[in-house]
Amino acid sequence: MKLWEVFTQAGHGAPHEHAGSLHAPDAELALQNARDVYTRRGEAVSLWVVPSDAITASSPEEAGPFFDPGNDKPYRHPQFYKIPRGTKE
Amino acid sequence: MSPAEETAQNQAFEARIAQGETIEPKDWMPERYRKQLVRMMSQHAHSEVVGMLPEGNWITRAPSLRRKISLLAKVQDEAGHGLYIYCGTETLGVERDDLIGQLLAGTAKYSSIFNYPSLTWADMGTIGWLVDGAAIVNQTALAKASYGPYARAMIRICKEENFHKRQGYEIMATLAAGTPAQQAMAQDALNRWWWPSLMMFGPSDKDSPNSAELLRWKVKQKGNDELRQRFINLTIPQGTSIGLTFPDPALRYDADSGDWVTGPIDWDEFHQVISGNGPMNRERLVARNTAHDEGAWVREAAEAYAAKHSATSREAA
Repeated sequence: MKLWEVFTQAGHGAPHEHAGSLHAPDAELALQNARDVYTRRGEAVSLWVVPSDAITASSPEEAGPFFDPGNDKPYRHPQFYKIPRGTKE
Repeated sequence: MSPAEETAQNQAFEARIAQGETIEPKDWMPERYRKQLVRMMSQHAHSEVVGMLPEGNWITRAPSLRRKISLLAKVQDEAGHGLYIYCGTETLGVERDDLIGQLLAGTAKYSSIFNYPSLTWADMGTIGWLVDGAAIVNQTALAKASYGPYARAMIRICKEENFHKRQGYEIMATLAAGTPAQQAMAQDALNRWWWPSLMMFGPSDKDSPNSAELLRWKVKQKGNDELRQRFINLTIPQGTSIGLTFPDPALRYDADSGDWVTGPIDWDEFHQVISGNGPMNRERLVARNTAHDEGAWVREAAEAYAAKHSATSREAA
């Protein structure tokens, strides 16, 4: 049986977050199973199910060089900039 | 991988563990770590699934509608807990069908506690109070396990488990404040379940073949004895406050350590039960196999429907 990844949205305006996975033969049953397995106590207002093999993930071995472009740019943060003492923001 | 590369990988892995990092499914891990996790997690998942049986036995005989909906919800949670952990185990590259096959064939282990019979309604109280109470102590520690999918499943389970314990304790408190017959029923259930619940934490660490390795890899955060002691200290006052007594003449409070000290645990009994000779081992396996077989048509129908549906949508396209 196909493996699906389940994403739940905790409240309106919140992002969908990964909750876990489950087995189901098709999308319709995956949704129903996801409701029964991951939202028995009102944990979600919306559910996504995605076939696990449809997800492409970054590889842990290359995490260093892969994310490097974002790690050495302090000028993208407000703390990089000096403002005169006493100025209110 | 060359032996030198493997040594380097191993050292990097041990360093990550030492720093308290979380290991994720696609990360490199030693084969032994993977194997130990598959063993531990699948046994845990099986325990959740088999754990439905002693309680399922009482759903139709619950004494009120309130008790019945609670018990139904609890048993449904246990099924969910089994699924969370099977999913977590699958991230280690094993097939769920294989794991379930091992359970059905009787080659897999599960918590020894579920091989005791649930004889009276008071057993629903003791199972919730003691068995789920012990599970909470155990799983709260596992929620910090070094393997991410296991830890996340534990966090989810711990959130749900408190209701299980409270509904069980409520049953016990109600019976303990009831008629003499109800009080006797509550006491009898405690007498039967107390020692098996202490055995749930497993043998003393010095006699546990897997403890040291699991502790070193931070899969387990605390030893069996430490967790058991924590459970004992929490539980004794809860039982005493509702007028129940514990079946242990040697039980005493040690003021210096602040611990309740119990008499010796009968580990022979534990080994007998875990190796298949408990009062209910055979019956549990038969019940599990029957449930699996009787559910086969549902799985087949769902597969057939999905196949037919995808054929129709292909034709339409």
